[in-house]
Amino acid sequence: MRFAAVAVLMAVFCTTPAFAVIETYEFSSPRLEARYRALSQELRCPKCQNQNIADSNAPISQDLRALVYAQLEAGASDEEILKDMVARYGEFVRYSPAASGAALWLWLAPALMLGAGFLLLLLLLRRGRNPVTDDGDALTAEERQRLARMMSDAGADDAGADKDAGQ
Amino acid sequence: MSPRLKLFVPLGLFVLLAVLLFRGLSLDPQALPSALIDKPLPAFALPALSDEQTLSDKDLLGEPLLLNVWATWCISCRVEHPYLQRLADDGVLIYGVNYKDDSAAARDWLSQLGDPYRASIVDARGTLGLDLGVYGAPETYFVDADGVIRYRHVGVIDERVWNGRLKAIYDELTTDTGT
Repeated sequence: MRFAAVAVLMAVFCTTPAFAVIETYEFSSPRLEARYRALSQELRCPKCQNQNIADSNAPISQDLRALVYAQLEAGASDEEILKDMVARYGEFVRYSPAASGAALWLWLAPALMLGAGFLLLLLLLRRGRNPVTDDGDALTAEERQRLARMMSDAGADDAGADKDAGQ
Repeated sequence: MSPRLKLFVPLGLFVLLAVLLFRGLSLDPQALPSALIDKPLPAFALPALSDEQTLSDKDLLGEPLLLNVWATWCISCRVEHPYLQRLADDGVLIYGVNYKDDSAAARDWLSQLGDPYRASIVDARGTLGLDLGVYGAPETYFVDADGVIRYRHVGVIDERVWNGRLKAIYDELTTDTGT
């Protein structure tokens, strides 16, 4: 039993490093390396959809990194590389998709929602202030008299109720 | 707005939310549209699995076909294999892309389990897979007689998905060539 547990643990610890290898590329210039870093942060892994290809060690990410490296060394511009990736995997592969088509909504939605929120806030604030200044709130002399009468009636009733309870 | 109508605002909001959630939660978040729909097959020149002769995209023209990406390391491909065999027996033309695989193992697999493919293209380094936008096996591309990709199915093809959706797409490809 104990032997089995040790064997399993050893198997686990022996194999993990083999999977965790991230290849390193030799770049001909530090500028290329910086661009490689930026591009692999921006490109999304199509298989493991919430990781970029720099973080992911899925085989497809390794392939994409190799492709980015090869294209950078071949002198392609960032736009060319991104265009090439989009041609294969669609706008999905970019974490900041071009602001056109359906993706335009992604860019506009925050601004639109913020605008709608402010509009709503403005409307609510105006509505909340209006009753104070509204002349509908002010009572006419007649209404004031009626109110006073009702108030005093209610007071008398309350007094009567107290007396009843006291008996 | 009259006060009575205002009472329906929460109901309206609820219905809106329900519709959005119903739609959003029934979508498959893993499903990705292929960027190559209605685009021609990417150019390639790769050896065939059986005889090492070079196959190119030109060899796939003339008939509508299924281009099935498979590998021996792909467990789902093994699940899918018998159904592909049935489709091939029914006269569906299927080409394979043996994706990042060991050719000897792939040949063994085909001799043991049967070969539903007219030919399998050896894509040992995954270059054709990259050009096709493959992100995992199995994937199946529906290619028409002019070599244009019409549909991409990600995942296993079985009787349910074939009869539910894919057969209609394939039939459309075959009738297009008839006219």
